Amino acid sequence: MKSVIEYFKGIYNGIKSLLVGMSVTGGYFIKPGTTLTQQYPDNRDTLVMFERFKGEVVMPHNEKNEHKCTGCGICEINCPNGSIEVIPTTEVTEEGKKKRIIDKHIYHLGMCTFCGLCVKTCPSQALAFSQEFEHAVFDRKKLTKVLNQPGSKLMKGVE
Amino acid sequence: MEVKEKKVGLENEEYIINMGPQHPSTHGVLRLVVALKGEIVQRVEPHLGYIHRGIEKMCENLTYQQIIHLTDRMDYLSAHINNEAVCLTVEKALEIEVPERVKYIRTIMSELTRIQSHQLFWATFGMDLGGLTCFFYGLRDREKVLDIFEESCGGRMIVSYNTPGGLMNDIHPNFQNRVKEFLKYFRGVIHEYDDLLTGNVIFQERSKGMGVMTKEEAIAWGLTGPTGRASGFSCDIRKHYPYSAYDRVTFREILFDEGDVFHRYLARMEEMRESMNIIDQLIDNIPEGPYTAKMKPVIKLPEGEYFQSVETARGELGVYIVSDGNKNPFRVKFRSPNFVNLAPLNLMARGSKIADLVAIGGSLDLIIPDIDR
Repeated sequence: MKSVIEYFKGIYNGIKSLLVGMSVTGGYFIKPGTTLTQQYPDNRDTLVMFERFKGEVVMPHNEKNEHKCTGCGICEINCPNGSIEVIPTTEVTEEGKKKRIIDKHIYHLGMCTFCGLCVKTCPSQALAFSQEFEHAVFDRKKLTKVLNQPGSKLMKGVE
Repeated sequence: MEVKEKKVGLENEEYIINMGPQHPSTHGVLRLVVALKGEIVQRVEPHLGYIHRGIEKMCENLTYQQIIHLTDRMDYLSAHINNEAVCLTVEKALEIEVPERVKYIRTIMSELTRIQSHQLFWATFGMDLGGLTCFFYGLRDREKVLDIFEESCGGRMIVSYNTPGGLMNDIHPNFQNRVKEFLKYFRGVIHEYDDLLTGNVIFQERSKGMGVMTKEEAIAWGLTGPTGRASGFSCDIRKHYPYSAYDRVTFREILFDEGDVFHRYLARMEEMRESMNIIDQLIDNIPEGPYTAKMKPVIKLPEGEYFQSVETARGELGVYIVSDGNKNPFRVKFRSPNFVNLAPLNLMARGSKIADLVAIGGSLDLIIPDIDR
């Protein structure tokens, strides 16, 4: 007799547990307000990333095409895997002194691990992270970028 | 040449199959060589090394700040806690006291990491056992934690937020509100986890009494984390050797005696609730102050050996650094919880069915990059 009760109890509990689980999923079926899906490629215009999001390293330029990079190479030293190459050159200033400036600030996006050490350690805040996250390209060479724009100069007042 | 006649009737012979390296239930590239007799598992032999990157060796050529980003990539679900482990070791060696604010933020972040890791465990464990619904519900809630990380740290999984001496940047002004919002939200939906999976009779039938480890075995094999605590081994580093702000909070160490798959699962469920309690106690009391201690740009540890262990979502992570006084460590060794937790898989799975091997492997919550490093 006892085993018969146990048997039916088992069936009852089994069906009950299944119904409890199904009530959760069924509940969301009739609550369309809780939908979380983002229509990603279609919502590109309204999609806002967080301001600190580490997309890729960029060198901000102002409207006069000036940047803050002095070419000291601290970012290159701090990069753990050699994603940054600073190629310096010298320039003769108005006073006739030789001064070190950057020729090319090369950034290998394909190698970058987004640790953020270059941006953090830069003494003149010349580097920043952009919120760009669509990095896919068809040619690997496109992942090597020159961060300083052609013809750009060092911002005045940055040493 | 004499051709040997093929034996008919192989019932008593072992049948060896490879599970993995590409198998959805191994959560990565783990290869299990399983010897079967019919459907019964005779032997399980894990083969490692498919994602070995030599992180310990790479650390020897990097400075202490640069090591942090490699530890993210060991146990990527407890990235924040791994970072903290290296930072604590370096700070211990330099005898630096980090600001109170840093300690509080680190603790909150670690507990958030633990919650999101267990959420993913729940999601994938349900999927391993055939309940695909769990995966969507788990990832839905995990997204909220990842948003908190993204706003303050800039990364979602690979955060790199800690640095020796403090943090990379201060918490976002919105951080506290967002965490409170999340706690309120998650307290409201965590009952769904129990409704969907814990109470389910099919799930209970498949997990109860499966892959049992006794307390003695757990201690002998060095199981830590929820896996060890489900067997009754009190091994919570947060409780026994408190670091950061864990000595300022009260929380319960989740202990069970059964040590089977179901209780390993339950231990993680309870830990999520405990983590929320810990965050509750800290979130309103974050002290003001700097977010990093004053550090030299080049960190050189004094000659010697340093060790610090922390409690990740999967168990005890130990960081052992030998320094010869240079800016690079002489030797770094990580005692990773996953490697140790994998070891007794043979013992647990022997004699069970092949389908239960998936359940047992899933209940260990293995992260393969942490095993291989």
